[in-house]
Amino acid sequence: MTPLEQSGTATAVETSRLEKLERIWRDPSGFWGWFTHVNHRSIGKRYMVTAFAFFLAGGVLAALMRIQLARPENHFLSPDLYNQIFTVHGSTMMFLFAVPMMFEALAVYLVPLMVGNRNICFPRLNAYSYYVYLVGGLLLYSGLFTNTGPDVGWFAYVPLSGPDFTPGKRADIWAQMITFTELSALAVAVEVVITAFKMRAPGMSLNRIPIFVWGMVIVAFMVIFAMPAVMLSSTMLLMDRTVNTHFFNQAEGGDPILYQHLFWFFGHPEVYIIFIPGTAIVSTIISTFSRRRIFGYTAILLAMVATAFVGFGLWVHHMFATGLPQMGQSFFTAASLMVVIATGTQVFCWLVTLWTGKVILKPPMLFALAFFFVFIMGGLTGVLMASVPVDLQIHDTFFIVAHFHYVLIGGAVFPLFGALYYWMPKITGRLLNEAAGKWHFWLFFIGFNMTFFPMHILGLRGMPRRVYTYPTSMPWGNLNFLATLGVVLMTAAVLIFIANFFWHLKRGEIAGNNPWGASTLEWATTSPPPVYNFAELPTVNGRDALWDALPNQPIVEGLEEDCRQVLMTKVMDADPDCRHEFPGPSPVPILAAIATSIFFISTIFTAKLFFPTIILVGITLLIWYWPKRQPSLRRKEREIWEQ
Amino acid sequence: MSKRLLLAAAALLLAGCAREQRNFREATPSNATGEGVQMSEIAPGHTAERIPNANPYEDSAYSVSEGKRLYEMYNCVGCHAHGGGGIGPPLLDAKWIYGSEPQNVFDTIVEGRPNGMPSFRGKIPESQIWEIVAYVRSMSGQLPKDVSPGREDHMYSKRPEASTPKEHPPQTNVPEGQKQK
Amino acid sequence: MRRHGPFLTMALYLGLLLLAGCHGNQAALNSKGIQAARIERLWWLMFSIILGVYVIVLAWAGTAVFRARTHRSENEIPPQVDPIADQRMTRVVGVAIGATVVLIFVMLTSSVVTGHAIANLASKNPVTIDVIGHQWWWEVHYEATQADQTVITANEIHIPVGQPVVIKTASQDVIHSFWAPNLHGKRDLIPGYQNALWIEADEEGTFRGQCAEFCGHQHAHMGFFVVAESPEKFQAWLAHQVSTPPPPSDPIAKHGEEVFLSHPCVMCHTIRGSGAGAKLGPDLTHIASRMTIAAATLPNTRGNLAGWILDSQSIKPGNKMPPNPLKSDDLNALLTYLETLQ
Repeated sequence: MTPLEQSGTATAVETSRLEKLERIWRDPSGFWGWFTHVNHRSIGKRYMVTAFAFFLAGGVLAALMRIQLARPENHFLSPDLYNQIFTVHGSTMMFLFAVPMMFEALAVYLVPLMVGNRNICFPRLNAYSYYVYLVGGLLLYSGLFTNTGPDVGWFAYVPLSGPDFTPGKRADIWAQMITFTELSALAVAVEVVITAFKMRAPGMSLNRIPIFVWGMVIVAFMVIFAMPAVMLSSTMLLMDRTVNTHFFNQAEGGDPILYQHLFWFFGHPEVYIIFIPGTAIVSTIISTFSRRRIFGYTAILLAMVATAFVGFGLWVHHMFATGLPQMGQSFFTAASLMVVIATGTQVFCWLVTLWTGKVILKPPMLFALAFFFVFIMGGLTGVLMASVPVDLQIHDTFFIVAHFHYVLIGGAVFPLFGALYYWMPKITGRLLNEAAGKWHFWLFFIGFNMTFFPMHILGLRGMPRRVYTYPTSMPWGNLNFLATLGVVLMTAAVLIFIANFFWHLKRGEIAGNNPWGASTLEWATTSPPPVYNFAELPTVNGRDALWDALPNQPIVEGLEEDCRQVLMTKVMDADPDCRHEFPGPSPVPILAAIATSIFFISTIFTAKLFFPTIILVGITLLIWYWPKRQPSLRRKEREIWEQ
Repeated sequence: MSKRLLLAAAALLLAGCAREQRNFREATPSNATGEGVQMSEIAPGHTAERIPNANPYEDSAYSVSEGKRLYEMYNCVGCHAHGGGGIGPPLLDAKWIYGSEPQNVFDTIVEGRPNGMPSFRGKIPESQIWEIVAYVRSMSGQLPKDVSPGREDHMYSKRPEASTPKEHPPQTNVPEGQKQK
Repeated sequence: MRRHGPFLTMALYLGLLLLAGCHGNQAALNSKGIQAARIERLWWLMFSIILGVYVIVLAWAGTAVFRARTHRSENEIPPQVDPIADQRMTRVVGVAIGATVVLIFVMLTSSVVTGHAIANLASKNPVTIDVIGHQWWWEVHYEATQADQTVITANEIHIPVGQPVVIKTASQDVIHSFWAPNLHGKRDLIPGYQNALWIEADEEGTFRGQCAEFCGHQHAHMGFFVVAESPEKFQAWLAHQVSTPPPPSDPIAKHGEEVFLSHPCVMCHTIRGSGAGAKLGPDLTHIASRMTIAAATLPNTRGNLAGWILDSQSIKPGNKMPPNPLKSDDLNALLTYLETLQ
């Protein structure tokens, strides 16, 4: 075994050293201790569980919608309840599941492991971001359960969502939920960028960073540029509703189209924020299960960057029906078509990897391969929407619903399931059941196509979206019924997955360090990793860390191991730069999150509490950031004094 | 401590429930104009016990916003403007000629009043009249802020009802000892 | 073997698609007007391109997986990749990207050209229709050179075959979207903005349309009909719509008119000739000449109208018309009166 591989196993001599590392790096146990965790894997697991719970909640809402739509003029749900359900379904899936799971959960758990370090940077900010996200999600659902769920669609166009046409607090709850979740995403984005740039294993120069990490970094930059637009539009909406501003009031010089521009300037990059992690996962899985390094590393990387850039220039394709000037619209047609080149590049590189590799069809690979069938169909129907004339016929119909479910489920959910099968052994130490995985895959694949493919036809037959029912006289009943049947299969598939998860915790095959023979650094340590991630911090010799490792690949030495000391490296070539001490467990993140929640939630109901609550937030931030000596230095000074 | 928190949370939830109700076919209180709702502050002897507020729509933000829509559509604006008055008396202030209780306002709309207030009996359905009553009372800030309408998508003519300070009209149906200051 | 299942399913679905999307009222691929026809041509061009791409990609993926699959154990470090083979594949990827670019250019050009073609229709004197969106019905004005020749109706639009018609859109409340797929794509009705949509029917027929932008509780029940008829029939219809119906002669209908004027009806609806002039709800002057009521929700029959008047909230909950509990002979008379409003 190389020293790199040895870093995952403990010899007798090392045991006391490892026990000491464990003592230094572990987070406290117990109920109150749970609120002070700063370990990235602990927070990452929380993100995964919470986001998956929201996925299930959104799925239940979708099932209710499908039951209502199964027959024409159905009375299962009243129109008001249906409108709340479809809005909360969309908002849950987009804000509470897709970004938190695809970006936040996976990045927080995996990026520090993949770059070979002990924790994510800004650990307390990481914990804070989780609590803020949790409160935002709970806010939305407490609204739904008290008849205060937003009922204006997940994008909440004005004037419908404005003060004149949506009385009460429904749209305000939606707007503040956005503030919570976007704050959380921004925090994680900052952490991901700094971790990936400044905390890599020595030898991991920029061109040796795993594709997965690059994907997360690119998404992080997108989050930083896109989220402010939606925070702005939702805050402007909230201000129009609560303090009588006129941002979107035509009569006083405002403009409802401004809302659409601001929202979609975020909204289009948002879908790439959800999709690029999917491509990062697919690149990783295809490489591992084709037993070769990914073909076209540079091309894939540049394609992801191009997608990110060009993705900011597409937003008006959501607004082709609003009557904007034709010349301007054509520009967005061109940009929307141009982004296909970038995605196509990634797809071709994967196809070559498959063609020239040896393909192993385990469950993670099945889910990654489903990407080709599902996402590409969605992407190609998206090409149809890039064209203004065609979009004028299919916009706001079930054709669009079919399209975005194909790209989102094909581009995010399928890769996500693949990722869960792939990385679960690392997280829990045991493999998920393979036969159950195949059942899960096929049931979900067939059910998904049964539900969403007919929607293409429904849209072409004239069925608009966001309708709580439809006339008996229209030829839409049979296909809607078929679509509802597909839900049964998908539900069964997800239940199999959940059962598989609980089964594997006790009975799954022990995974060992690297059950898939993969190449990235997280597989160099035990499954699950110890609290300090790596017994010996690794260095790297090539793009595929474990496959390119030398027989005597060096390890990192020289860090102090009686405190939480971490090696920071330089951006370009990951040369060691400095040593830094990270904070340990702390109650400050949860306190700051509580203060922030009080601030945000109180402003929904009254503007009078704005200043008192923001002062409270300021106080918690002061406590958090009050300059103090690093704990180890303080301890050393004390020791010197006491001598 | 946790019990009180629970009660507070329950109260908040229930408040939310009532505020967000959308009543499309609510059964309304009976047609007859109310008996026993006095319009004057002064009376010989003592005032009898309080007649409860008869308007079920004042808890629902949707109903109050419907009342606002109807106020403009049925041309109340023509005489009362947006509460400032003109041909008709203003509705923003604390001076109510015929009483400020919901039943009083309902009677005003249904029966009409001398010197120019038309009678809308049979022309505006009961449920809509109660919605207008709720809105009219919100114009002087009588309704809670979260139920009163926000700004409308029109030119800005007055502060929205949710930002209007509460006026204090004379309380005509409350015994002396229970009057709020 | 494993990859053939999806191929079969795909073939089945594509078959369904090709057969199923093509007919029917309110179907985009069933164009009955020149604008929709231009869009449909573009659709088929782009669809065939993307279908071809899809088949090729899937075939490539399926073959790659099928021929390359193995059951070897996974834990060995894989052999180094042959750089020369990889270089050969680089050319393959380059060709694929190049082909993508070419196809994209084709689609871009054809889209822009079609977009330019449908932007407007050349006409010196088009029929001009103002469509004003309300929650949840369509107010329709036919502009005329003289103000008293303006036709005001609701939820049903008649147009002459073969002549360009421009629809000018506006909204009284929230954003709606006017969409009659047999004739053209959709155009949003945005408060404060006016958009223009040029349509022209190629043949006679009745085409259903529906609101295509979520606008509140009853977005699902905000439909309309476009009736395309010969220019002569259209002019006759227009002239008839301008005319004021004669006062009712039948005593029951006369009583019905009184019911109309003494009940909440008069607060919202206009019936020219009767004295009712409110503009809050649809104009009912020629209600009996329309095919549907409640924005294409129900056929216009006596029974449906009765149910709608008595309790529209049970048919279209949340719509702005209140229930009207009328006595049965009042209701009967009212219906008789409304039936005279041809």
